[in-house]
Amino acid sequence: MIMGTSSTPLLEMRNIKKDFFGNQVLTDINFTLGEGEVLGLCGENGAGKSTLMKILFGMDVIRETGGFEGEILLEGKPVSFSTPLEALSAGIGMVHQEFSLIPGFTATENILLNREPKKRNIVSEVFGDRLNTLDYNEMTGRAEAAIDKMGFQIDKGMLISEMPVGHKQFTEIARELSKENLKLLILDEPTAVLTEKEAEALLNSIRSMSEKGIAVIFITHRLQEILSVCDRVIVMRDGFVVSDVPAKETDVSQISRKMVGRSIDSTANSEVRDLSSAKTVMSIRNLWVDMPGETVRNVSLDIKEGEILGIGGLAGQGKLGIPNGIMGLYDAGGEVTLDGVSIPLNSPRKCLDASLAFVSEDRRGVGLLLDETLEWNVAFPAMQVQNKFLKNYLGGLIKWRDERAIHEVTDRYISELAIKCTGSKQKARELSGGNQQKVCLAKAFALEPKFLFVSEPTRGIDIGAKKLVLDALKKFNRESGVTVVMISSELEELRQICDRIAIVSGGRIAGILPAAEASEEFGMLMISMVK
Amino acid sequence: MNNGFGKKIRNFIFDNTVPLMFVLICAVCIPLSGFSFSYLLNEIVTRMGRNIFLILCLLIPIMAGMGLNFGMTLGAMAGEIALILVSDWQIWGIPGVVLAMILSIPISVLLGYFCGKILNMAKGREMITSYIISFFMNGIYQLIVLYMMGPIIPIKHSSIKLPRGYGIRNTVSLLNMRQCLDNLLAVRIGGVKIPVLTFMIIGVLCLFIIWFRKTKLGQDMRAVGQDMNVARDAGIQVERTRIISMIMSTVLAGFGMVIYLQNMGNIATYSSHSQIGMFCIAALLVGGASVDKASIGNVFLGVILFHTMFIVAPKAGAQITGDSMIGEYFRVFVSYGVITVSLIMYETKKRKNKSLVGQQLAQAQKEEAKAHE
Repeated sequence: MIMGTSSTPLLEMRNIKKDFFGNQVLTDINFTLGEGEVLGLCGENGAGKSTLMKILFGMDVIRETGGFEGEILLEGKPVSFSTPLEALSAGIGMVHQEFSLIPGFTATENILLNREPKKRNIVSEVFGDRLNTLDYNEMTGRAEAAIDKMGFQIDKGMLISEMPVGHKQFTEIARELSKENLKLLILDEPTAVLTEKEAEALLNSIRSMSEKGIAVIFITHRLQEILSVCDRVIVMRDGFVVSDVPAKETDVSQISRKMVGRSIDSTANSEVRDLSSAKTVMSIRNLWVDMPGETVRNVSLDIKEGEILGIGGLAGQGKLGIPNGIMGLYDAGGEVTLDGVSIPLNSPRKCLDASLAFVSEDRRGVGLLLDETLEWNVAFPAMQVQNKFLKNYLGGLIKWRDERAIHEVTDRYISELAIKCTGSKQKARELSGGNQQKVCLAKAFALEPKFLFVSEPTRGIDIGAKKLVLDALKKFNRESGVTVVMISSELEELRQICDRIAIVSGGRIAGILPAAEASEEFGMLMISMVK
Repeated sequence: MNNGFGKKIRNFIFDNTVPLMFVLICAVCIPLSGFSFSYLLNEIVTRMGRNIFLILCLLIPIMAGMGLNFGMTLGAMAGEIALILVSDWQIWGIPGVVLAMILSIPISVLLGYFCGKILNMAKGREMITSYIISFFMNGIYQLIVLYMMGPIIPIKHSSIKLPRGYGIRNTVSLLNMRQCLDNLLAVRIGGVKIPVLTFMIIGVLCLFIIWFRKTKLGQDMRAVGQDMNVARDAGIQVERTRIISMIMSTVLAGFGMVIYLQNMGNIATYSSHSQIGMFCIAALLVGGASVDKASIGNVFLGVILFHTMFIVAPKAGAQITGDSMIGEYFRVFVSYGVITVSLIMYETKKRKNKSLVGQQLAQAQKEEAKAHE
């Protein structure tokens, strides 16, 4: 190795590997980053960007899930951070997607949170440093310096709770900049909440940081921004670095192609149907949904009878908000009609009565009764909503569970969906993720709905189980003629079973294309209106 | 502009419903009770001296985001145990009060630490947990006072011992230290006795709380109180900070109880502490505080309003119904009522803020539709 500061990169990651319980999420990641260099990092959700940053930052979740393989070198020396605080003290700063600010504090107080300059006094001499009083003048001075360094003016005396959302983002950046030894700043989708003007200001401040010798890793879905500010672009897909080129030598379409990748027709649905002449079974007009992190704005959509419609898009763009809003799990407004009958929003029971079913993405929270048997899990909603599996006595005054019917139907689904279990009396908690997901589907199937929402049905399950789940959905659609709307962040799996795919971006429908369309077309739609 | 002013008034009323309600109740009851102004003033000043210190101890856990500290009862128990011991040792007057305060510190610290530890395991359910802890501790307190005082903890004086030879009597007289703090430096203005020394002690505590907010520890507590995760990410020791706030509150509650009892002049051994937490919290809420926000101003306003009602309600009740018991009933009913109403209003406000986001979304959509036309 050649010695000397000019040739030693600031950061080098060598052969980084990470798996979550056998599920490989990062494979052989190698890259270097020089002083003052701006690196753009892009990739679809689940490509491994966040995991990589978590490893670099020493987040607890990495250690709790068995650590990682490979080496991280900071200024030529191997480092291994066991907590984010150690990474911070080594000069690595990170601005997270979620705000990490105290709402009732001013910008100044937040910028210097837990690093406040202090004055000693008599009491603190006796009882220790924590009773030092804060030096407010010094605090203001330091906050001012950090804001100047950033190059975007925010009101340092304003409470965070009263700030526009963009200014909160800048407060976080100023906090990182106020750390004197900052060498590397990671920005995780910082422009997602900014207006165009603010985003431009942020790009300028990234440029000025870079001039001051601070290296920046810039994660964003807005590819134009990456091209305008970065020196180098790394594209990740499925845990691999698929491209690492200087920003000058690439363009938006090349990056988006690399992001969604894969040879184009290998996995697409072989039997895409054109159902545009079928009657509209559900019509959504001007729907808004207030689901935190998945806001939906002004969505209008027609769903044809008997089709499988996919809803795709990047995380946080609102695709999950659509089914959750319609099913009444989050505050929503607008008009939804099923077969011409209007469905009242904000009332889950009415939706179920209208023969709508929903397989939630939150299977442990909403989807399953974890401590009950599979029988109960499968039959419970049908029993509650439709009075199925009940024997009536005394003209319906007394209702008894029909244990036999419950047992039969559960056994049928266990064999149909190949649910791996010891029997229909096993507790749902004891099943693996993939099998739990199958139970969720069985539960929805048992309702025999006219219309089914399935949200992220394959999240966190292995490839074999994925195929089974997708096939089961397809079979259900074909055999019972049920209209299915499937929401997924994995474009490829949508393309495998859907007829049409709607892409949600910035809370709105960016476009609807037949599933046979090339994946780069979908890639362009995904980033078209990113907010 | 007129509209804006009307909105301001509406907001003011909505934000201060509880204090305004009490101003109304007092305004109706005072003339009905027929008490003279100087009598009322005298009573209120006495009760302010008696109670304010105790209520101030609630401010610190609220600052640390732990809600209303029903566990202040633990501090009250510590104060009582200290006072029982001091009165057995026959140390009277100011030295007795000071010694009792000092003695209560180690007991309070221990209890506060215990309570803080448990509350750290029950984040988000601090209020109900501290309420139940105070019931549990009441059992331990009774065990100590009823069975251990005598055989294990030496008690010499028979005047405070139960006739059977161990355990403490129902009431322990503090006649020899009764109002010794209040009477020292007391000033009479127009027939109203002002316990200057007690008020000075309260003043010092108020100054301490104001100063404390500006210390690093105070800043950390406020940060922890608003968002534990953010505070933890910034490197603040969240659990430790919360325990410290609990200990501080318990110690201050112990001091407060000593001041309270020296004013009363006797200890009701088995019941003095049992409702003190509830009355203090009710008073604080009457002053306009909420679960996550309380100021020194809330404490003073609360004590004045709550105790004015306490003084006048029985008499007013007797005037109206001819039954003086109705007033006593009224006190307890109102205390619980106030706490319930405040908790409900706290939740309503949270919900209201939440539905605001939805309204904004709908509004933005409407504007968009207009722009398209």
